[in-house]
Amino acid sequence: MSLLVSLRSFVSTLFQRSRISAELDEELRSHVQLRADDLERSGLSRSEAERRARVEFGGYERYKQESYEAVGGQFFETLHQDIRFGLRMLYKSPAFTAVAVITLALGISANAVVFSVLNGLILRPLNVPQSQRLFTIQHGQDPSPLQSYPDYLDLRDRNHSFDGVIAYAFSRVGLNTRGDASTAWLYEASGNYFDVLEIRPYLGRFFHASDEHGPNSSPYLVLSYAYWMSHFQGDRDLIGRRVEVNKHPFTVLGVAPPNFRGTELYFTPDFWVPLVNEEQVGGGNDLNARGVRGLSLVGRLKPGVSTSQADADLNSIAAYLAKSYPKDDEKMFFSLARPGLMGDFLGRPVRAFLSGMMLLAGLILLAACANLGNLSAARAADRSREIALRLALGSSRKRILRQLLTEAVLVSLIGGVAGLLGAVVLLRWLSVWQPISSFPANVPVNPDAKVYVVALLLALISGLLFGIVPVQQVLRTNPWQTVKAGPADMVGRRLKLRDLLLVLQIAVCAVLVTSSLVAVRGLLRSLHSNFGFAPQNAMLVETDVDMAGYSGEQVPIMQKRLIDTVGAIPGVTAAAASDMLPLGGQDFSNVAVFKDSETDLRPSNAVLNTYTQNISSGYFGAAGTSLLAGRTFTVHDDKHGPQVAVVNREFARRVFGSEAAAVGRFYKSMDGTRIQVVGVVENGRYRMLTEDPQPAAFLPILQSPSSSTWLIVRSNRDPQELTAAIERSLRSVDAGLPFSIRTWDKEMDSALFASRVATISLGVLGGLGAMLAMTGIFGMASYSVSKRMRELGIRIALGAQRKEVLHSALGRAWRLLVFGSAVGLLLGIAATRVLSSIVYQATPRDPLVLAGVVLAMLLLGLLATWIPAQRALGADPLMLLREE
Amino acid sequence: MSNQAQLLPGTLDLLILKAVSLGPLHGYGVLLRIGQISDSALLIEQGALYPALFRLVRQGRLKASWGTSENNRRAKFYELTAAGRKGLQEEMEGWNRLAAAMASVLATRPEEI
Repeated sequence: MSLLVSLRSFVSTLFQRSRISAELDEELRSHVQLRADDLERSGLSRSEAERRARVEFGGYERYKQESYEAVGGQFFETLHQDIRFGLRMLYKSPAFTAVAVITLALGISANAVVFSVLNGLILRPLNVPQSQRLFTIQHGQDPSPLQSYPDYLDLRDRNHSFDGVIAYAFSRVGLNTRGDASTAWLYEASGNYFDVLEIRPYLGRFFHASDEHGPNSSPYLVLSYAYWMSHFQGDRDLIGRRVEVNKHPFTVLGVAPPNFRGTELYFTPDFWVPLVNEEQVGGGNDLNARGVRGLSLVGRLKPGVSTSQADADLNSIAAYLAKSYPKDDEKMFFSLARPGLMGDFLGRPVRAFLSGMMLLAGLILLAACANLGNLSAARAADRSREIALRLALGSSRKRILRQLLTEAVLVSLIGGVAGLLGAVVLLRWLSVWQPISSFPANVPVNPDAKVYVVALLLALISGLLFGIVPVQQVLRTNPWQTVKAGPADMVGRRLKLRDLLLVLQIAVCAVLVTSSLVAVRGLLRSLHSNFGFAPQNAMLVETDVDMAGYSGEQVPIMQKRLIDTVGAIPGVTAAAASDMLPLGGQDFSNVAVFKDSETDLRPSNAVLNTYTQNISSGYFGAAGTSLLAGRTFTVHDDKHGPQVAVVNREFARRVFGSEAAAVGRFYKSMDGTRIQVVGVVENGRYRMLTEDPQPAAFLPILQSPSSSTWLIVRSNRDPQELTAAIERSLRSVDAGLPFSIRTWDKEMDSALFASRVATISLGVLGGLGAMLAMTGIFGMASYSVSKRMRELGIRIALGAQRKEVLHSALGRAWRLLVFGSAVGLLLGIAATRVLSSIVYQATPRDPLVLAGVVLAMLLLGLLATWIPAQRALGADPLMLLREE
Repeated sequence: MSNQAQLLPGTLDLLILKAVSLGPLHGYGVLLRIGQISDSALLIEQGALYPALFRLVRQGRLKASWGTSENNRRAKFYELTAAGRKGLQEEMEGWNRLAAAMASVLATRPEEI
């Protein structure tokens, strides 16, 4: 209520301030005049009467001010005064202000950046009408949520819970507009895609379910706004024009609205084409293969249907599918997840990681607050004379506290704004960053209103938080004592709260240092671990021969020509092709493997599910994978020869018992083909750096053709020279084939992306934490030394040893440091368990890490107490006594 | 001076309300009226009156309007509002209870215990 009243009162008095003041003057003067009139009547001269009247009235200005305050509504006016005074005080102690502002700016910007990313990836929904009704339908068993097209059709047509279910998949194509081929990324989308999402075209029209009339019936293309602007300069005449996608004619139908970025948060397509044209766009024809799962499904829940009802509905369809298609859909079940991050597949780790980061960032800010609380408590102690004087002159404690709080909030707001500006710069850069070279992943994390509000709110809260620390001190100030006694040397138990804050801060810092060291160590290890291939000195060419229109019989011929051509470049020691790249991040599907004796080929009877790669002869040599037993493929392992495979050691061990036993033996694939193992290679990492040893099978690409092509070119030549040479030779084979060339090391970036991000962000936070802890210890130590200079001087005069002086001056700071570090180290070890899922081989039980943390904290303490220690040792008793 | 009593904290408001309840007054008039009815026994610093008057106006117990004094000077006149009248009644009762209790306590003689 009182705020409302004072607000109203404020509004009404704001513009009347001078009027009220004038009226007050008039009334008070009228009083004096009336009194003077009376005195005059009693016989005094007019001038004497007026003088007496004024004397009798008392302190005119004081009563006027008090009356003015009694009118009410001064909240904002007092605020204005406090701010002015606060700014003056801050200006007068620039060191404190700078430290406080920088500390807060760092804390706030760390929080703003993390929150903004959290906002972009988790809080902000897909930019689609009523996106809270949209759910990804995940396929419950696989590590990925992808589904097959026949299953999609069943789900779409048999469910009773969704207004519509859409399907889409990423694909890469060669787009040929005016004679120049370029690589483009797109969504193959079901016909109802735009209608279910309720997106309206920006220009032209979209394709609809009614455009689908079987395979390749719908050669249409809808451009994203960004691609239309960047590649066609917003040319409106493009609508209705023919372009070539993988050499097939497609018609440009329309342009999507600018703010529609597709249905995955981390990837914006260049355009959309109907899924029924999959054969032309994706190269294969998987529309009838129930077991080939490559589609993301998103459904719009009907109004009034709950997620659990939808779950039940979907799982009754799953039961039907499992019964009708036991071979492909055995043990099928579905679940719902939030859309945008491939269901829970990316969603869960991203959410876990970001929540962890948010927590750490919050801790950083808390540490910053503790730090500033300490500083401002020290400052309040230094200002005790000023405060006592103000109390003695009649200022109320409430008023002084208010002023101190205003000062604190002022600092925090300045720091907050500075931090926010820094965060905005960083976020701008993050928003256009494409972290993975092979795939245009990008997340717009530009701050929105929510981020600004949160950042300023955090600033405000931290201001209040550290502003509150010295309150008790002020409340206890006894003006007479303080003014009489001079700066009090109240050292000892009084610092309890501050000690606690410092310990907290050191602990937070130790947690951060521990986790960043664990992450860095994990990253270093993963960089030097054995991947099962050697990325050094190898170039990659990524292409897909169907982008230049090759299909069927032409594919292996073309691939052979490509391999031969790059193999003939001088300096190239080996060249080979594969349809996939280990750790390339594209393949998440498993292929079932059966024992040779198995007759019932249903998924539950499989010995294991394996990663599969189709490779040309010479692949292992080019990739640097060592052969353990048997042989590799030759050009004779083609369609006319028996089906053969090379497996890795894990596969051999699990199916045949040992690597030696595997060579020459057979296993069966899902369709009943008997495949003979001809060789065994070393284990490697195929999908994730953090995975346990996985089985892998390599098949000759001549027996399992695939148009998707990675050329692996091993050479000691300079990458730039080699790139140019490869480019020239590939162009000479077919100028219409789009491709991209990079080193394998660069390609590894995408595999190492997650652990790199984790390491960098933890490193930054760790650095921030270390800095804060250092300033905290420094502040505490130098404050306590400066308060005790006189005592130290006397001790030195009485013959105290350097060790004793240091012990008494800094022992406390060091004890706190040791205690805080120990607590933080323990917490850090607990926290890094979470890390091990992101960073390869991240373990806190690593003596090097533990030693590193202890050393780091030690160094930190030394640095922070160095200057105070010098001061303490340099205490000159004579000087000090003279000063007093 | 010596026969004048210092005001107890919080009693100024009550005095003002009482004085104004006898008829509208300007500030100086309030002072005179208090002096008159207390036989100049209570010491009030003149300026201290005004913060109290403004406070009472803000609390809605008094209302003020400009007028002309008996010797033709512009002055602000105060009068009781309904709330002020009610408040005065309550505070008077409270004060009387306190005064009676204090008086009886202070009048106690040793033999009465």
